[in-house]
Amino acid sequence: MDARKSWLLASIMALVLTVACGGGGSEAPAESAAPAAPAAAPIDAATVGNITGTIMLEGTPPEAETIRMNSDPVCAQEAGDSELTEYYVVGDDGSLSNVFVYVKEGLGDRTFPTPSEPAMLDQDGCRYTPHVFGMRVGQTLTVRNSDPTLHNIHATPANNSEFNTGQPIEGMTFDASFDTVEVMVPFKCDVHGWMNAYVGVLDHPYFAVSDGGSFDISELPPGDYVIEAWHEILGTQTQNVTVGESETVELSFTFSVS
Amino acid sequence: MTWIHRFALLLAASTLLLVTAGGLVTSTDSGLAVPDWPNTYGYFMFSFPLSKMVGGIFYEHGHRLIASTVGLMMIGLAIWISRTDDRRWVRRLAWTALAAVVLQGTLGGITVLYFLPAPISVAHAGLAQIFFCLTVSLALFTSASWREGAGVIGDPILARLAILTPALVYVQILIGATMRHTDAGLAIPDFPWAFGRLIPPEWSGPIAIHFAHRVGAVVVTLAIAATAGHILAHHRRSTLTRFAWLLLGVVTVQFTLGALTVLSERHVGINTAHVATGATLLAVSVLLGLVVHRRRFADAPQPVRVDSSAAIPATPGAVR
Repeated sequence: MDARKSWLLASIMALVLTVACGGGGSEAPAESAAPAAPAAAPIDAATVGNITGTIMLEGTPPEAETIRMNSDPVCAQEAGDSELTEYYVVGDDGSLSNVFVYVKEGLGDRTFPTPSEPAMLDQDGCRYTPHVFGMRVGQTLTVRNSDPTLHNIHATPANNSEFNTGQPIEGMTFDASFDTVEVMVPFKCDVHGWMNAYVGVLDHPYFAVSDGGSFDISELPPGDYVIEAWHEILGTQTQNVTVGESETVELSFTFSVS
Repeated sequence: MTWIHRFALLLAASTLLLVTAGGLVTSTDSGLAVPDWPNTYGYFMFSFPLSKMVGGIFYEHGHRLIASTVGLMMIGLAIWISRTDDRRWVRRLAWTALAAVVLQGTLGGITVLYFLPAPISVAHAGLAQIFFCLTVSLALFTSASWREGAGVIGDPILARLAILTPALVYVQILIGATMRHTDAGLAIPDFPWAFGRLIPPEWSGPIAIHFAHRVGAVVVTLAIAATAGHILAHHRRSTLTRFAWLLLGVVTVQFTLGALTVLSERHVGINTAHVATGATLLAVSVLLGLVVHRRRFADAPQPVRVDSSAAIPATPGAVR
């Protein structure tokens, strides 16, 4: 056998294998100004109503666990042993926080101006603040690193564009935005695996995040709506509601854990 | 033992370390802890401060540093071999290995910049194994025992098994990489059963991938048992029997680690060891294949050619 064939044979394992390698409190609408509406569907500020309510949890959720941040001495020093997971933030009365509540259906073809103020997401104490929040399609999201350590901000949406940006220096900010409605867009920090947050991206201002179990969606035009409540572990619930002129409707959601 | 062989061994060992570090990156979900490439948070790779190697960066940046070191070592070995080895096919193999590691680094960069697309990540994992086998092969080819020759092994059954086994191991590794990069590692959460049954009662993409890896584990184990059993039953040569026992030992460890990976819900250490042991199993099976097919190589120990070869000094001027 000549040298050429020998070389081929020496490579045969790799070559054969190569073939196979292919491969808070209730939050008012994000902007306080009365939402503008198209001429076809004007919103009369004198008749708008509100939806207020509570989010409750039945059952005993898993206890919050202490987050071990010792993979980054800066985080460990800042947090100590006091940082707990935020999967279930439950009051003594069963009130459930960090639930995103929003109008899912019922606004028709109304459009609303994009807020000029950015939504904010801070990395402080090696945690995201807020943990759950809402923003608008096209609105600027400013992500800030308030920690004297580095983070990467990694959004993993299903319908919007994924991004992953490093923030190695304290005080750095990064602006992003989303083009499509999506509930929810997850964020994570791949440096610090315990860091995660969620944003609901909507094309209207009618959303809130429960704080102490309470939420408030205000200045809603009269009409029939589908309201959805989202929790990062417990999923979603929806309810139909009718808001009359200048009416404040009480609405409650109850999630349960076994 | 020649220095070039020592260096080739060091490169092979470093490559196994690199594969292990890559396994740590995926096991700790740190693949995107460094969002840029080839820089690290804007720093030139080798100037990134050690004090900032925290959390997932430790694994991802550490993997990059080891990879760069291995790449530099491979450049050195390719040059060394090309200047000193008189066998053209070995020189070609060294340059092929260098091309493979360059491509491997590029795939690693692409998979970071595009947020770990599964096909690229699987290709990265698959090429890693090929490169590892190339380095192991180069270590073998530069060894004195290879140059001296292990004699002719005239066993057509073993010849076939020695080709089939590494091929099956590699396919199994690719399935495992697909499972890893599609997050299907716990798609079937129990072991040895699948949702309490022999066959999963319901199917999805992740379940199918996971189940294929389990079936592959059985197939690979049977293939190795057949290969090792054949050797132990029909051969007394210590080189072969050592390979047989080594294969049996490694596949036993690997099968156990696979089970423990599921039962521990992907414990980082166990999950990573499963990757490293899989690479070891592939390398051992490839080495066995090369030894069994030793007579097919141009420098096979045939009396006249051996004498002729030995007479040629290993200097650049003597390279064929």
